[in-house]
Amino acid sequence: MCLGIPGRVLTIYELNGTRMGKVDFNGIEKDVCLAYLPEIAVGDYTIVHVGFAITCIDEQSAQETLALFHSLGVLDEELNAPIIEKQL
Amino acid sequence: MKYLDEYRDPALAQRLFDEIRRITTRPWAIMEVCGGQTHSIIRNGIDQLLPPEIELIHGPGCPVCVTPLEMIDKALAIAARPGVIFCSFGDMLRVPGSSMDLFRIKSEGGDVRIVYSPLDAVKLAQQHPQREVVFFGIGFETTAPANAMAVFQARQLGLKNFSMLVSHVLVPPAIAALMESPVNRVQAFLAAGHVCSVMGTWQYNPLVERYHVPIVVTGFEPLDVLEGIRKSVLQLEQGRAELENAYPRAVQSEGNLAAQKMLADVFQITDRAWRGIGVIPQSGWRLSANYAEFDAETRYAVTDIHTTESALCHSGEVLQGLIKPNQCPAFGKQCTPRNPLGATMVSTEGACAAYYQYGRFIRAEEVGVAQ
Repeated sequence: MCLGIPGRVLTIYELNGTRMGKVDFNGIEKDVCLAYLPEIAVGDYTIVHVGFAITCIDEQSAQETLALFHSLGVLDEELNAPIIEKQL
Repeated sequence: MKYLDEYRDPALAQRLFDEIRRITTRPWAIMEVCGGQTHSIIRNGIDQLLPPEIELIHGPGCPVCVTPLEMIDKALAIAARPGVIFCSFGDMLRVPGSSMDLFRIKSEGGDVRIVYSPLDAVKLAQQHPQREVVFFGIGFETTAPANAMAVFQARQLGLKNFSMLVSHVLVPPAIAALMESPVNRVQAFLAAGHVCSVMGTWQYNPLVERYHVPIVVTGFEPLDVLEGIRKSVLQLEQGRAELENAYPRAVQSEGNLAAQKMLADVFQITDRAWRGIGVIPQSGWRLSANYAEFDAETRYAVTDIHTTESALCHSGEVLQGLIKPNQCPAFGKQCTPRNPLGATMVSTEGACAAYYQYGRFIRAEEVGVAQ
C-alpha cells in the first residue's frame, strides 16, 4: 500500500478548491492531487500514492545515487583488470 | 520508465551484491519494515543472492495485515447495512474477518466498492446524497495525507453523508515495540522510504539513540533495497548506529510539511491494536475532535463484536519476524491467496502472499539440508 509510482506532471488545475494535476506514467495519464506539493511545476517528476503526489523527485540526488552505484567496485576492477585492457 | 528502470539495472545490482559480500564478515539480521520492500526482495530473489550471513526479517509494514480483526468485523457490519456504500482499497476485500470478508458482503448484495483514491469516495458521496458513503481509512503515514484530504474536503463541501472508519498506524512506535520485545533479533532496520517522504527522517533519531540500532531509509526498487542493505551492513560491521538516507531522491529530512500540517489538523495520536501483534501505545491516528462528526465508528456505534482468529494461522509470528511464511504449517495448504486464513496471505504487501506468489514453498532449512 505504500507503493508509489514516479510520474511527470503534465498540467495543473483546480477542483473543489484543491490543486490537482494530470500526471503521465509512461503513457498512462491520471488525475492526481497536488495539494501537498505547492511548489511543483509542469514537467517536474513526483511520486504518486493512492492518487496523491507525496514528494518531488530530486534529479540531482537521483544522479548521485546512480553514480555511487557505478563507482562501487571500480577500484577493485582496475586493480584486477588484465594488463592488456589497461593498455587499451 | 524514468526513475524506475535505472534502479533495476542487473549490472549495477551485481556491483552492489559484490560490495555487500566484500564487507560482510559476520551474521547480521536486518528487518525491512515495509511490505512493499518485502515483495521487491522476494520477487527479485534478493534474499537468495545475498551472502548467507545476511538474514532479512520481514517486518509488519503491511497496513492491511495489521488492521485489527475487530476493525475488520466493524467494517463488515457497516458494509452490510442497507443504504451504505462502503468504499475500500482493493486489498481489503479478501481480508478474513471473524466469519467472512467484504467480498462475501458484496456477493450477498452489499454495496462494497473498490476505490483507487480516497477522493473517489468523496465524489461518490456528492453523487449519491441519499446514500451513506463510508470509506475504510487504513494505512501508514504514506496513505494518511490522502485520507486526511478526503475528510477535509468532505467538511469543506458540507457533506453529511460521508464518514471514515479510521485505522491508521505509525512506523516509529512499531520499531520501538519490536526493539522492546524479549525475542527481538533485529540488528538494523530498513525504514520505509515513502513513509519518510511524508514524515521526514527526524522521527527516527530518538530510536537510533535509544536502542543503538542502525536505521537506513530505503526505497523500493531492487538497487534501492540493496543500497539500504549495504549501508546497514557497513554500519553493523563498523559498530556504528546512525540514521542514514539511502533514498535521497524521494526523501528529505523534514518530509512533506504541507502534508504534515494537514495530518496535525485532521488526526490525533491514539493507542492502536495491531493484528497478530497486540496493542502498541500511541501507535496510530484517529480523527481529531475537529472532525469527530466524520468518524464512522461513532456514527454507526457497532457493538457486540466477538472476534475469532483462525486457529491454524501463524500470521502474528510472521508479522513479528519470528517465522518465515513457509514455516507456517498451513502455508500453501489450507491457506492460499484464494482462500486466505490470515491477512498476510491477502495483501500485495503481505509476506505470505509474496512467498506464495513467487513460489517459495520450500522451507529455508530444507534447502539447507538439500545442499
